[in-house]
Amino acid sequence: MTFFDPASDNPLRDPQDRRLPRIAGPCGMVIFGVTGDLSRKKLMPAVYDLANRGLLPPGFSLVGFARRDWADQDFAQIVHDAIKEYARTEFREEVWKQLSEGFRFVPGDFADDVAFSQLHDTIEELDRERGTAGNHAFYLSIPPKFFPDVIGQLKEHSLAESRAGAWRRVVVEKPFGHDLKSAQQLNATVSEVFPQESVFRIDHYLGKETVQNILALRFANQLFEPIWNANYVDHVQITMAEDIGIGGRAGYYDGIGAARDVIQNHLLQLMALTAMEEPTSFDARSLRAEKKKVLRSVRRPERLDLHTARGRYVSGWAGGEKVKGFLEEDDIPKASTTETFAAIKLEIDTRRWAGVPFYLRHGKRLGRRVTEVAVVFKRAPHLPFSETATEELGQNALVIRVQPDEGITVRFGSKVPGTAMEIRDVNMDFAYGGAFVESSPEAYERLILDVLLGEPPLFPQHEEVELSWRILDPILEYWAELGKPDPYSAGTWGPPIADEMLARDGRVWRRP
Amino acid sequence: MATELTSTNASKVASALLLARRKAGSPAMGMVMTFVVVTDEGDHYDALRAARAVSREHPSRILGVIRRSARGAANLDAEVRVGDGPSGEQVLLRMSGELTKHPESVVLPLLLPDSPVVIWWPGRAPEEPAKDPLGALAQRRITDMAAVKRGRAKAMLNQAKNYAPGNTDLSWTRLTPWRALLAAALDQFPAKVTCGEVAAERSNPSADLMAAWLTTRLEVPIERVLSKGPGITHVRLSTGGGDVEISRPDGVLAEFTIPNAPNRPVALKRRDTAELLAEELRRLDTDDIYQDTVKQLCLLAGHKPPTTPTSLSEKGEVVEDAAKPKPRKPSTAKKSSKR
Repeated sequence: MTFFDPASDNPLRDPQDRRLPRIAGPCGMVIFGVTGDLSRKKLMPAVYDLANRGLLPPGFSLVGFARRDWADQDFAQIVHDAIKEYARTEFREEVWKQLSEGFRFVPGDFADDVAFSQLHDTIEELDRERGTAGNHAFYLSIPPKFFPDVIGQLKEHSLAESRAGAWRRVVVEKPFGHDLKSAQQLNATVSEVFPQESVFRIDHYLGKETVQNILALRFANQLFEPIWNANYVDHVQITMAEDIGIGGRAGYYDGIGAARDVIQNHLLQLMALTAMEEPTSFDARSLRAEKKKVLRSVRRPERLDLHTARGRYVSGWAGGEKVKGFLEEDDIPKASTTETFAAIKLEIDTRRWAGVPFYLRHGKRLGRRVTEVAVVFKRAPHLPFSETATEELGQNALVIRVQPDEGITVRFGSKVPGTAMEIRDVNMDFAYGGAFVESSPEAYERLILDVLLGEPPLFPQHEEVELSWRILDPILEYWAELGKPDPYSAGTWGPPIADEMLARDGRVWRRP
Repeated sequence: MATELTSTNASKVASALLLARRKAGSPAMGMVMTFVVVTDEGDHYDALRAARAVSREHPSRILGVIRRSARGAANLDAEVRVGDGPSGEQVLLRMSGELTKHPESVVLPLLLPDSPVVIWWPGRAPEEPAKDPLGALAQRRITDMAAVKRGRAKAMLNQAKNYAPGNTDLSWTRLTPWRALLAAALDQFPAKVTCGEVAAERSNPSADLMAAWLTTRLEVPIERVLSKGPGITHVRLSTGGGDVEISRPDGVLAEFTIPNAPNRPVALKRRDTAELLAEELRRLDTDDIYQDTVKQLCLLAGHKPPTTPTSLSEKGEVVEDAAKPKPRKPSTAKKSSKR
């Protein structure tokens, strides 16, 4: 997808020279919605951290676009404050100097033709003054309802056209629509203006070190692959739990809910990475091909009433604090039927996974903040011990802890010290050291760098998004008929029906 | 938690390590390597602090080998630390008397099973690190010729002559950001380089390595010129279309110049030791590019380059090839001898 690769005949580069980082070519980034939380807490700090690590090209420029009456300096001040507060690397004056010369601000709203022609001029000026060479990424950190406006404006002011040898890319954040139909519409809007390979859908989960380590764990080792199938695996639980409520995001969250917000993208992607076959290589196309195969062979349970569960938190005590219920949160209508907890059972119709259920759950205001993939193994077919000896022995499990406390846990039985034969579950732990995770690039850094380099292996493409909606849509439709979700007390692990859902299969949720 | 052991031996140190780990509640350490640091009493504090900082990124068992006076009776004092601060374990081994000649006898029993061994001499290093009894235990041997008090250029050349696969020098590590920027510059302005120039203070092993690296990669004469420093102050590559230049007069902020584009400031700070080590430990296999560079360094100085078994087996070419003087050699050798 790169138009030409200067690296291939650069005498200073050598594939053996693995100390040299890939620095993106000359380029700039335009952020729409630059005043938003994501932009201040994640994007600006990530840009600074990249510069601090020496991974941004000299002359990199950052253009902010928002409805504010700001001059370039005001914008620089905002970026400065955001960096000071949220950047992960040390603040250094010289890095700031390198960056700040490339800051520009364009005031206006998305319907404003004058503002977009000013944006056009700003970009051309940057190409002249900063040598960005016509390469620009447009980061749409805005609600999806504004996408058509912005994309339309980019087209109208010929901001989306790339000249020969230069690129224009567009970056969009989840949610990628709220059902199959809207996802298709969204894609139609974007792809009308930008070719498929220039559209980068950011799923920041996929930039996480631990998520990428799933692939290393599975495909770099001989130890796990032989048992990674229906012969040995009983079931898989993928959990993403948050201890916070919806906070100030009522406007976004009401009508979206837990399944659309998290299961459709993060959890289904985690499932695909856990379940996929070995890709023929690690390039974007092969990885995607394998993920798509998994998503295509997913089968929903026939009885959605028995194998899905949803809930909504009511006020209660969470972590020592009294917290509001969902309906009491600001700006949530009393009649809202939005769920804050969702659990579904899926099966994958492949030889590897036939008969192995994947349980996916996500909720807000749950017991603690944790994301993990737990592969739970079958019990040993025969135990040569007396029944009393193995009473405390559970099922072996391999748990990939995605966040926090990144690492891997293996659970297996071991003898309790003493004269009697008594077997009990123990944990074996691998921890990515806390600081290792600190000093390694944050997900957004990695993703922004990949956008600038034009390397899309971590970005889901349109087909994957559509396949995910195909899986989820019927469940969402069924839930819409039900009315109010079941209540669960804030600070607990979800509504009782979620436990009943697993009990029907003779299983229990792990307490992560 | 610290345990002090006096007049001890390796097996008592190993028991103390085990005990300390149990007392800390047997936490999961996930140590990935043994990191041996060889220093003198005077330098050990800073060196071990850097090593501890690195072990946050690469959890390791740090063995600090502190050489004391070689006179008097052989003695080993040890200090075992587990569980405070960064992950991993730390043992200080103070050796004196005849034991200073046999430090490997203490270190060998304390290596982590199976995991790689990295050794670092923050100051004085053996002439032939790979043949040093401690160095021979390690897959990766890190020296730092910039830390040598006198005759750095000669010391670097010595290391180059005695190069063996697995050797590396922090003078080389210091160049990575420079090399990355230069490579980026030629990505942006892909023109044939006709000649070049590296400016730095008089005694700067990094600058010599930079000149050697550019010579191997570009196959054109690279002049090494003197400046007041600090460190490398500029690298200029001349092409038919104009000069590609990165200059850093103050050691902090550089200016990036390529033809047909505006000049741009780039942050190019000199990194601290812990950062250099962290980069060094990210890859533990042979650094082929460094190998080519030290060979070139020998050629530029008119010496026979080291013979390395890997260039035979891996690249399938005859070692003599590397030793064959290249046409540009006389001119550059003359220039570099001006120093």
